[in-house]
Amino acid sequence: MDVLNVGCGAGFSGDRLDAPGPVVKTLIARGGPAVMMFETLAERTLAFAQLARRSDPAKGYEALLERLLRPILADCLAHGIALVGNFGAANPPGAARAIAKLAAELGLPAPRIAVLEGDDLSNRMNDQTPLQRLIGTDFDARRFVSANVYQGAFEIAQALRAGAQIVVAGRVADSSLTLGPAIAHFGWSREDWNALAGGTMAGHLLECAAQVTGGYYADPGRKDVPGLDNVGFPIAEIAADGSCVISKADDTGGVVNTLTVKEQLLYEVHDPAAYMTPDVVADITDARVEEQGPGRVRLSGVRGHPRPPTLKAAAFFEGGWAGDAEISYAGPNAEARARLAMDVIRNRLGKQLTLRFDLIGVCSILGDDAGRLLAGTPPGRATDVRLRVATRHDDPELIDLLHREVTALWTGGPAGGGGVKVSKRQRLEMCNFMIPRELAPASFHLAGATGDKESS
Amino acid sequence: MTQDTRTLYDLAHARTGDKGNHSNISLIAYRADDYPLLVEHVTPERVARHFAHRRPSAVKRYLLPRLGAMNFVLEDVLDGGVNDSLDLDLHGKSLSFHLLAMLLAGPVAPSHPA
Repeated sequence: MDVLNVGCGAGFSGDRLDAPGPVVKTLIARGGPAVMMFETLAERTLAFAQLARRSDPAKGYEALLERLLRPILADCLAHGIALVGNFGAANPPGAARAIAKLAAELGLPAPRIAVLEGDDLSNRMNDQTPLQRLIGTDFDARRFVSANVYQGAFEIAQALRAGAQIVVAGRVADSSLTLGPAIAHFGWSREDWNALAGGTMAGHLLECAAQVTGGYYADPGRKDVPGLDNVGFPIAEIAADGSCVISKADDTGGVVNTLTVKEQLLYEVHDPAAYMTPDVVADITDARVEEQGPGRVRLSGVRGHPRPPTLKAAAFFEGGWAGDAEISYAGPNAEARARLAMDVIRNRLGKQLTLRFDLIGVCSILGDDAGRLLAGTPPGRATDVRLRVATRHDDPELIDLLHREVTALWTGGPAGGGGVKVSKRQRLEMCNFMIPRELAPASFHLAGATGDKESS
Repeated sequence: MTQDTRTLYDLAHARTGDKGNHSNISLIAYRADDYPLLVEHVTPERVARHFAHRRPSAVKRYLLPRLGAMNFVLEDVLDGGVNDSLDLDLHGKSLSFHLLAMLLAGPVAPSHPA
């Protein structure tokens, strides 16, 4: 049976650098056509990459790119395993140059690298359809950082068919990184809805890496995972009809079973009958998840409906600053002392700043910014409690003020307070909007030449 | 009559995902036989009450009987989501285990840590 193996090498920016190696080794041992995909571009990651490029035009692509690819590049090129990733982030041409340089350093022949274009709308402030009109009243030119559209899989497929060994993308739908190679391999048309939907959900299962192989899953005694410290990354064996079998890298920890696959299948899905992507609307209402032997789970029965007329895009705006500060109390009456510290900070800063309080060890991450859950939690006798205070403001001076006030609890707060830590970070605000396809055509170029313009 | 003290954790597993200010929580029966029981008791209304402190503007439930699964979408429960929230858990990844702490049957206490 004709099968395409797609291995996953990363599920987010900063994912484990030792994980792709065993996946590549497994693909080589299995033989047959294979591709490695890398998903390194969460929503905000791209906006931070845009800021990085602003301060240094050579940057703005995945910061760990060289370290991610160095251990596997030679093996992939030698065995015809194409690499497809959104590690181009805000600067795909820069990423392509970095990969070419890495290949030269490793003494490899220059790989054919395709660069995808058309996702970055940031410079389209003054053209025929200004972003302002698409985004509406949320648009704030003074705070604008970037805007990118989620592109689809067909340009990735075309680049591979044109001979690319490496495809560098910026913003594409995460599942496109898997669907693109599947389209290239099987020759699916733009209206093969069921196959496109199947390939999309195969990509959905891969795109968070360890989340389908035991990560974000393990629960001792209930959902045990062997070797979680060495959890292997997944591989999807995609068939011509779009169904797939999920397994993982050989000689690694982790587990692939129907439970891990079901959890990841529904991850970040809203209406299961309408999972929207640029190329197809996937419908998993009647999908089947079945074990096909140990460590192998098959997904089939995914249906596809025609793609939406618009593409999803995200714009980011500078959103001032956020910061937090923490201090701990332990031993007899610790909770009462932490609560007293909370009252001190509220009385001193509550008028100037919107504050969120957590009593870690009593009530924290399940709570809400308004403090309703904490207010409804009667004082108890917890003996190891960490007070956390968080706030946001346009003026970074006020974040510093919060830091000083919590630090002053050392000398001016309840007895036995210790372990003050403070942090401050720049905030970004996101605004999603839809853009008609014809206003955001995608394309690619290969080895310096301009590829077919595609407006799908 | 003895009171049913089972929680969802006894019958099902769950995972949270986030998109913007919305959270989706899958609830998946370990045994196919338990799925109808979950469908009967874990209604959107009870889930909304269980998460009342997060002030959901809507709770939608989608059924996937072939998978023995339900998908709950809790709208506007993430204090603005990953870019806005002051929560340590910006994504609300821990919320699945809050759902699992809910009693299968009987009254839903106002959201409260165990």
